[in-house]
Amino acid sequence: MAEYTPDYVGTVTKYVFVESPSMTPGELALRAYEASEGVLIKETCFGLQVTGEPDSVDRLVEEIRSFDPTHIFIKDRGFPPGDPRRCRANLGGARPGYLGHEREFRLLRYITRGLEELDRREEGEAEPAPPAREKRPLLDIKRLQELIDTEES
Amino acid sequence: MAKVFIYPATSLILSDLVARFGHKPLGAALGIRERIQTAGVDSPPLQITPEEPKRGLKYAAVEVPSGVRGRMAIYGPLIEEAEAAIIVTDADLAFGCMGCARTDELIIFSLRQSGIPILELKYPSDEEEGVQFVAAVKKFLDGLPKEEGGA
Repeated sequence: MAEYTPDYVGTVTKYVFVESPSMTPGELALRAYEASEGVLIKETCFGLQVTGEPDSVDRLVEEIRSFDPTHIFIKDRGFPPGDPRRCRANLGGARPGYLGHEREFRLLRYITRGLEELDRREEGEAEPAPPAREKRPLLDIKRLQELIDTEES
Repeated sequence: MAKVFIYPATSLILSDLVARFGHKPLGAALGIRERIQTAGVDSPPLQITPEEPKRGLKYAAVEVPSGVRGRMAIYGPLIEEAEAAIIVTDADLAFGCMGCARTDELIIFSLRQSGIPILELKYPSDEEEGVQFVAAVKKFLDGLPKEEGGA
């Protein structure tokens, strides 16, 4: 049996997902680098992975979250970035766990809506009334005939 | 800050909401990280060694398949540590082989048996449900103690 010597001992890795109409993962990475202070940052297609000492990572992810609080989502990761047991560069295909993220990624817009709505309620704004549905008039038979005549001529 | 077990244990949404509202999410990543960062015998991909099914005996009987006991060695301590739990009951992403499926059943059973406060809900399928989902999670988490050992 081979001996196992772990890398990144004592560090914490977190995923940062961005699902925003105004910020791409690339832009997020640039802003995160500015605030990183030694924390390892890896840009991905969905956001970032940040790795470092627990306190530094917590401070950084709080700062990252403040860039766009209702569109940035963060979770823990067990493996460090680029780990050959997980990295798709070594395995081919989607990284194990990616499909679960993809499934939840589709629901993030509903969560964003929920967070925005709760913020609005906490700020004391009155709950906006749902827009009244306009009753669309039915197509008049004479108007239909006119349309047909226009198309035919 | 309460420790809140999340199910599915890999859920991005639950993990984020629990941390966002000031508590500590307990998910699979914590158990995996502990094993990945511990030196020992090389046992890829998750560093689940033959010791894990033995540790899992605390949470599942000896006739339960070793796959379930091995998984419970990861989740069991987290469930013991948890002070509350949030369960999404219709999580179609929490599927897998029989080992995963039976472990999931055992996790939910263990949580319900543990007597800790549990919030059960379903994933939102539209914006209105999204608002209800977030509001329910926030209300549940606001009712948990913020300070360690406090009420």
